[in-house]
Amino acid sequence: MSSLKHFLLRAVITLLFLAVPILGVWTFVKAEEWGLWFPPTYSTYGPSIDFLFDVIMWMVAVTFVGTELLLVWFFFRYSKKDATRATYTHGNHTLEMVWTAIPALLLIFVAFSQMKAWSTVKINFPEDGPYTVAKPLMEIYASQFDWRVRYPDAQGNFEGADVIEVPYDITVPADTKVVLRLKSRDVLHSFFVPVFRLKQDAVPGMEIPVWFEATRPGDYDLICAELCGWGHYKMAGKIHVLPKDEFASWLAKQRENLYAKD
Amino acid sequence: MSEALAAYDPAVDAPAHHHPVYDYDSGPPVERGKFAIWLFLATEIMFFSGLIGAYIVLRSAAKSWPDPQERLAVDITAFNTFLLITSSWTMVKAVFAAKAGERGKLLAWLAATIAIGASFVSIQVYEYIQLIHEGAIPKIDIFWSTFYAMTGFHGTHVVVGVIWLSCVWFKALGGGYTVRNNLGVELAGLYWHFVDLVWVLLFTIVYLF
Amino acid sequence: MSTHAHAPAHEAKPLGIDPPGTTHVSHEHHEFGFLRKYIFSTDHKVIGLQFLFTGLVMLLLGGLMAMAIRWQLAYPWTEMPVLGRLLFPATGGVTTPEGYTMLFTMHGTLMIFFVVIPLLTGTFGNYLIPLMLGAPDMAFPRLNMLGYWFWWPGIFCILLSFGAEGGGPAAGWTAYPPLSTIESAAPGSNWGQNWMLISLTFVGVSSMMGAVNYVTTIVKMRAPGMTFFRMPLSIWSLLVAALLQLFALPVLTAATFMQLFDRLFDAGFFTPTGVIINNVSPEAIGQAAGGHPLLWQHLFWFYAHPAVYILVVPSMGFVSDILAVHGRKPIFGYKPMVYSICGIAGLGFIVWGHHMFMSGMNPSVGLVFMTATIMIALPSAVKVFNWLGTLWGARIQVTTPMLFAVSFVAMFIIGGLSGIWMASTPVDIYIHDTYIIVAHFHYVVFAGSMMAIFAAIYHWFPKMFGRAMNETLGKIHFVGTFIALNGVFYMMHQLGLAGLMRRTADPYAYETYAHLQPMNQFISWCAFALLGWQIFFVLNFFGSMVWGKRVGRNPWNACSLEWEAPSPPGHGNFDKPLAVYHGPYEYGVPDAPKDFVPQTQKAVGFQVHA
Ligand code: HEA
Ligand code: HEA
Ligand code: CUA
Ligand SMILES: [Cu+2]
Repeated sequence: MSSLKHFLLRAVITLLFLAVPILGVWTFVKAEEWGLWFPPTYSTYGPSIDFLFDVIMWMVAVTFVGTELLLVWFFFRYSKKDATRATYTHGNHTLEMVWTAIPALLLIFVAFSQMKAWSTVKINFPEDGPYTVAKPLMEIYASQFDWRVRYPDAQGNFEGADVIEVPYDITVPADTKVVLRLKSRDVLHSFFVPVFRLKQDAVPGMEIPVWFEATRPGDYDLICAELCGWGHYKMAGKIHVLPKDEFASWLAKQRENLYAKD
Repeated sequence: MSEALAAYDPAVDAPAHHHPVYDYDSGPPVERGKFAIWLFLATEIMFFSGLIGAYIVLRSAAKSWPDPQERLAVDITAFNTFLLITSSWTMVKAVFAAKAGERGKLLAWLAATIAIGASFVSIQVYEYIQLIHEGAIPKIDIFWSTFYAMTGFHGTHVVVGVIWLSCVWFKALGGGYTVRNNLGVELAGLYWHFVDLVWVLLFTIVYLF
Repeated sequence: MSTHAHAPAHEAKPLGIDPPGTTHVSHEHHEFGFLRKYIFSTDHKVIGLQFLFTGLVMLLLGGLMAMAIRWQLAYPWTEMPVLGRLLFPATGGVTTPEGYTMLFTMHGTLMIFFVVIPLLTGTFGNYLIPLMLGAPDMAFPRLNMLGYWFWWPGIFCILLSFGAEGGGPAAGWTAYPPLSTIESAAPGSNWGQNWMLISLTFVGVSSMMGAVNYVTTIVKMRAPGMTFFRMPLSIWSLLVAALLQLFALPVLTAATFMQLFDRLFDAGFFTPTGVIINNVSPEAIGQAAGGHPLLWQHLFWFYAHPAVYILVVPSMGFVSDILAVHGRKPIFGYKPMVYSICGIAGLGFIVWGHHMFMSGMNPSVGLVFMTATIMIALPSAVKVFNWLGTLWGARIQVTTPMLFAVSFVAMFIIGGLSGIWMASTPVDIYIHDTYIIVAHFHYVVFAGSMMAIFAAIYHWFPKMFGRAMNETLGKIHFVGTFIALNGVFYMMHQLGLAGLMRRTADPYAYETYAHLQPMNQFISWCAFALLGWQIFFVLNFFGSMVWGKRVGRNPWNACSLEWEAPSPPGHGNFDKPLAVYHGPYEYGVPDAPKDFVPQTQKAVGFQVHA
C-alpha cells in the first residue's frame, strides 16, 4: 500500500472514531433544545433523582471522553508504518493497581450516594402526613388497559357503596404527601409519571405502596411502563394535581355526587 | 515487520498427506468421561435448585400451606425412600464388582439396582394413580402444582437412570467391562447416587415438612 | 485404534513445566461420504461452520424483524414495504398492535438465543477451542454433533410459534407471567408461547452439551506445555462463558418447565390468587393459583443476567486476541485480563435483581443488587484500560479485523457506561423500561458483540476456508456499519431521557411524545441503511470462499496454535506434534528473528516472557 493511501486510510478511520465522542457529547448538549431531554420535574424528590443522574453523567462523560480520546490517539499514532517493533511489555503492576483502585473508590462513592434518594422514594414512607401506608389516599387499580382510582369512604374502607371510583383520571392534592396503594387486576403494569420521576410496577396479587408529593398543580401524563398486552402502548392516564383546598372541595363534591345518585 | 497478509508458500503451508492424529492428555488425573459427568451433575444440581428454590419461595409466601402428611401417603413413600437408599448401596457393590473384574457379581448387583429403581418408579406411579383418582392434579392448587413438578422431574430422572443402568447391564453381559476398563459402570453409578440424594432432599421437604 | 506411544519429539522439553500428560498418537484414516463429512459430521470444524451458517441466516431473520419494528416506529400503522406483505398479509402489510408485540418478542429471542450466543460459543467455541489448544477435536465429538442437531428442533419450534394460532409469543423475550401464562391475556399467549418455551428448552440442552464439551476439552486436552496461563484469552473467555452456561442455564430450564406446567397442566406457579384477566378468572376455569409472578422474574434473570455476559465475555476474548495479533504487541496485563473475566462472570451471578428494581421486589434488597452491579464496572474497567494499554506503543496493522476489534472497545465503553445509570436505583426509577435501556443493550450486544463477531469472522476466515476475505470490501463494510449503527442506537439514549417507553407500538399515541417522530424516522433510516450495507459483507463472505486470496498456515503472523495447522485444517487438525514453550502473545520480541515468536518456538538467543 502506498504511504499516501495508508495515511488517508488512517485519517479516515481516526476521524470516524473521533466523531463518536464529539458527536456524542454534542447531542447531549443539544438534547434539551431538541426536546430530547428530561421533562420538568414537579415532585419533591424529583430534583434529587435528576441530580444523581447528573452526577453519574459527569463521571461517565469524563470517562467516556477520556477513554475514547486515548483510543483514537493510540489508533492514529501507532498505526504509522514504522520500521521498529512494538514496545515489548506485558503490563505494569503499579499501573494496574492505580487503575483498579481509582475506579473502585469512585464506584463505591457512587453506590453509597444513591442510597438516600432510593430510601426516600421506596423505603421510608411518610408517617406524619394525612396519608400513610396503612391509610392511603387512594387505591389505584390497573387492568388491561385502563387505570381505576378508588377513594375510600369516610372510615377509610375501600369496599362498599361509599367508595368513589374514577376511571382514567387521578386527582390528587398538591404539596401533600400522597400515599397510594397500587394493585393490578390481571397482568403486570407499571405506574409511571415522568414529571414525578416515579415508576412502580403493579403486580397482581400484591398491594404495593407508592408515595409522592406534587409541587405544582397541573395535568400530567400517567403512562403504563410494563408490557401488558396489545394495548400497552395506549394505556394512558392523567394525573390532576389540584391546590390543597381545591382538592378538598373536589373530593367533597365527588361524595355529594355519589349520594345524589342514590 | 510483518505485512498484513503473509504470502502463501506451498512448500511450508500445504498440509502433509497422511499424518497421524495427535491427541494429548492434560489437567487433573481424571478420565474425560468422569470429568464431564461431574460437570453434568453440577448442571443437574442447578436444575433442582431452581425447582426446590421455587418451592421454598412459594411455600413461604403462601398464606397457608396444607399439611403434607394429610394429603400424601407418607408411610408408603418412606418405604420407597428406603428402597432407593438401598439401591445406592447395591450400586456401590456393582462398581466394586466391576473394578474387581467379577462379571457375575457385577451383573447381579446391577440387576438388583435396576429392580429396586424400577420398583421405586412403580410405587410412585401407583401413588400418582391413587392421587389422580382422588382428583388431586396440578390444577387443583399450588401444593399439587409443585408436588407434581418436583416429584415428576425426579421420577423422570429415575426412569432415565433405570434405562441407563439397563444399557450398562447389557454391555456387562457381553463382557464389555474389564478390570481396567469399567468407567461406564462408575459413571452410571455417579448419576444414580445423585438421583438418590436428590430424592432424600425432596422427600424431606415435600413429604415431611 | 489408540496406541500408547511415548511422546515424540520430547527431547525438547517445553520450558518450565513438564508436559502434563502423555501423548496419544492414533493413526486414524477414514473416508467419509458426503453426509458424514458435511452434514452429520463429528468434526468440530464442520460443526463450527454449521453454527456459523445457520447463525448468519438467523441473524438475517432477526435483522428483518428489527426492520419491521423500525418501520412501525417511524411510520406507525402504514403499509410496510416488502416485509409487510410477508409478515402481515391479513392487514395488507400493516402491523397490528399485537403483531408489534410479537415482532419485538421474536426479534429479541432470535437475536439472543439463535444469533449471538450460537455464533460466539457455537461457531467460535467449536472452531477455536481444539485448534488453539492443540487438540485433534473436542473431548466428545459425537456429543458435539448432537449439540448442533439439538439446536434444530429449537429453530423449528421458534419458527413454528410465529405461525401458531393466535400468532407468535407476545410477552417479550422476558416472557413475564401472567401475560405469558394466561391464555386470555394476549393472543400470543396461546400455542405461540408454548412453542417458544419448548424451543428454549431445546436450545438449552444444545448449549449444555456444548458447554460440558468445551470445559472438558479445555481442562483435559491441552497440548504439552499449554498451561492454563499460556492459553489465549479467547480460550479463557470461552471457558468462563461455558461455566456461566453450566451454572445458569439449568435454572432457566427449570423455569421454562414451570411455565409450561402452568400453561399445559393449569398449574399455578406464577398465577396469584384473585386475578381476573379479560373477564376470566383463572381459578373459575379450573386453573391453580397461589403462585407468584415475581418468582418467574427471579428465575429468569438468574439465568438471563449471566446470559448477557455469555454474550459479551467471548467477544472480549476474541477482541483481546485480535488486538494483540494486529497490533503486533503482547496483550497488556494478561493475568489481570484473566482475573477480570472471572470477576465479571462471578459478580454476574449476584446482580440479577437490577432488572427488577421497579418490580415490587423488596426495595432494600434492591440496594444490595445495586452495589453488586456497580462493582461490575471494576473488572470491566480493568479490561478497557488493558485494551488501551495494548494499543499504546503498538504497531497497528490497519486490517478489517483490527477495525472491528477497536470499534468493539469504543462501543463497549458506551454500552457499559450507560449501565451505571441503570444500576443506580434512584435513576433507574425514571429510566427503567425506556429507550435508554434499549440503547444500552444494543450498544453492548450489537455494537459490542456483533462487531466482535464480525472481527472474528474476518480474522479466522483464512483458517476456516484457506482464503482471506477481501480487505477493501471489508473496510467498506466496516465504515458503513460503524456509521449506521451509531446512527441507529446513539439517539435512543435521548429518546429514553425524554421518557419514551420501550415496547410501545405507537409512541405518538401520547401527545407528549409526538415530537419524537422525526428522530425515530432518522433512526429507522439508519437502520435500513445498516441492513442494506451488509450486502458488502454477504458478497465478501461468499465471494471470498471462491475467489479470496489463497493463504498459508499463518497469514497474520500470529503466535497461537491454530495457526500451526494447515488452512483449512484437515481431519485431526495438526500434521505435526506440538509442544508449547510460552504464552500466546510474544509479539515485538527484541532480538528475535521475526517480530513474533509462535508458542511452539523455543526462545533461543533471546528472552520471552514466561
Ligand atoms: C452483552 C450484554 C450486556 C452487557 C455486557 C451489559 C452490561 C451491563 N449492564 Fe446491561 N443489559 C443487557 C445486556 C448487557 N448489559 C440487556 C440485554 C438488558 C435489557 C434486558 C431487557 O430488559 O430486555 C440490560 C439491562 C440492564 C439493566 C436493567 C435496566 C432496566 O431494565 O431498568 C441494568 C441495571 O443495572 C444493566 C446494567 C449493566 C451494567 C452495570 C453492566 C456492566 O457490566 C457494564 C460495565 C462496563 C463499563 C462500566 C464500561 C467500561 C469501564 C470503564 C470505561 C471504566 C471506568 C468506568 C467507571 C468509573 C464507571 N443492564
Ligand atoms: C443480540 C441481540 C440483538 C441484536 C443484534 C439486535 C439488533 C437490532 N435491534 Fe434489537 N433487541 C434485542 C436484541 C438485539 N437486537 C432485544 C433482546 C430486544 C428486546 C425485546 C423485548 O423487548 O422483548 C430488542 C428490541 C429492539 C427494539 C425495541 C422494540 C421495542 O421495545 O418496542 C428495537 C427498536 O428499534 C430494536 C432494533 C434493533 C435494530 C435496528 C437492530 C440492528 O442492529 C439489526 C441489524 C442486523 C441486520 C441488518 C442483519 C444483517 C444480516 C446479516 C449480516 C446476515 C448476513 C447473512 C448471511 C451471510 C447469510 N431492537
Ligand atoms: Cu398496562 Cu402496559
Ligand atoms: Cu443484567
